[in-house]
Amino acid sequence: MAQDIWVLGTHMTAFGRYPDQDAVDLAATAALGALDDGGVTISDMDLLACGTLFQANAGMGQQVQKQIGQTGIPVYNVSNACATGATALRTVIMAIRAEEADMGLAIGVEQMGKMGLLAGGARKEKNVYEPSGRYGAVMPIDGILGTDTMPGVFAQAGMEYANDNDGVGFEQFAKVAQKNHAHSTLNPLAQYQKEFSLEEVMGSPMQSYPNTLLMCCPTGDGAAACVLVGEERFATLTREQQSRAVKISASVLTTDPYVESGAMQPDVNTLTRNAAQAAYEQAGVSPEDLSLVELHDCFATAELIHYDNLGLCEPGGAGDFIDRGAPWRDGDTPVNVSGGLISKGHPIGATGVANVYEVATHLRGEAGDRQIEGANVGLAHVIGLGSSCGVHILEKSGIG
Amino acid sequence: MLGDEPHLQANECANCGARFFGRRNACAHCGHREFKPVRVSDTGTLRTFSIVYRAAPTIPTPYVSAIVLTDDGTSVRSNLINIEPDPTKITLGMKVKLDTYVVGTDDDGQEAVAFGYAPV
Repeated sequence: MAQDIWVLGTHMTAFGRYPDQDAVDLAATAALGALDDGGVTISDMDLLACGTLFQANAGMGQQVQKQIGQTGIPVYNVSNACATGATALRTVIMAIRAEEADMGLAIGVEQMGKMGLLAGGARKEKNVYEPSGRYGAVMPIDGILGTDTMPGVFAQAGMEYANDNDGVGFEQFAKVAQKNHAHSTLNPLAQYQKEFSLEEVMGSPMQSYPNTLLMCCPTGDGAAACVLVGEERFATLTREQQSRAVKISASVLTTDPYVESGAMQPDVNTLTRNAAQAAYEQAGVSPEDLSLVELHDCFATAELIHYDNLGLCEPGGAGDFIDRGAPWRDGDTPVNVSGGLISKGHPIGATGVANVYEVATHLRGEAGDRQIEGANVGLAHVIGLGSSCGVHILEKSGIG
Repeated sequence: MLGDEPHLQANECANCGARFFGRRNACAHCGHREFKPVRVSDTGTLRTFSIVYRAAPTIPTPYVSAIVLTDDGTSVRSNLINIEPDPTKITLGMKVKLDTYVVGTDDDGQEAVAFGYAPV
């Protein structure tokens, strides 16, 4: 096995809307924060990976260099849907494991403003039909042959789980959002910090049954960054740097293998199960060992099925898991104590780095009001539709 | 395929039997490169659904998006039609059947036909 890799420094901007800053500003803020946090400078970096989805062709990494230091190091601009941030992290991790770098910087950033729905196109009112595209359609098919919209696609993923397992319905999905909104009230970095009753969650405007407005993540702006270091360089660092560092004990990226229904309904389950299994094996931990989990709750229906996919509950038992409060911050396995994508926000490129920031901050014991006491191992999970899944398992340093 | 008996046609992998709508360069399941056209069963069961209220402008809402598993084991994405968009009226696992309808008429008077699944 290649050398161990550590998160030396990490930082995230609060998620929200930044009309007076651009994505470069946000990314530079996160990058400088991570360098300062790790007690290093841009001159220590051998490599930079920068993830953004909606400005994927903007040379974002190089633009950030102009703000924080043009040292001539290689830059990898990456884009992988909602797994973009995790892919930036993995790019640096692979470079260190390949011994092409001792230390590198991974940044995830997104500026979305109020983008609204990210898929599903309008139809022209008047035209002349001409078959076009791969399937020879005479008009966009969204809303005719099912839905392309994200709240709908993930609603169907949840309802498929409800079809296969007892004790899962609208109320169980709504409880997920109730929890994440409640958790976010303790996180000053969250885009929204407001608690809602279960009745308010269920009664908010329906987007795609069973996902109501309060069960959907918002669009927004933000950035997060991590400085990563390999064990050889790690050994040369100060005791203080080493004690605050967090070990990456597993780093996995998967895509969706063929399943019969996959071309009709994206399969967000198999690739998550595969990533989780590989990550647990790499880290030598089991789900029961996890002090906290940050998972990809783009919609409440998604979080519920990932309890099962990540092995946090008994097979088929995700409904019971939420019903008995197990993923609340005082439950068996705290899930999304940051507020999750639903309330912390989901600036897409930033999310996969921000999840690692959150877990690392708890493992350091520096999470303030939302600290999970005694946290020593945690898991961060993201899914990008299409699909890619990133899973990272982090462990407390143990160096006093 | 339209005609007297409108039905869906899939490309089936000549090696493993995996079915695809539209063309594939090679099978996504086994990598084989030969396919044969097959008729897909008109009847099936409701595997999952969502009632979509929020969509792009000009898309009529609410509508019921569904994944149907046909009786010969093929997944199809379409709308549920001839049913109220009400979660108490839609049952997972319910029997459905393929149907076609006119979804629009263009400026030259040409009709566009779509398919959906209606309760049996």
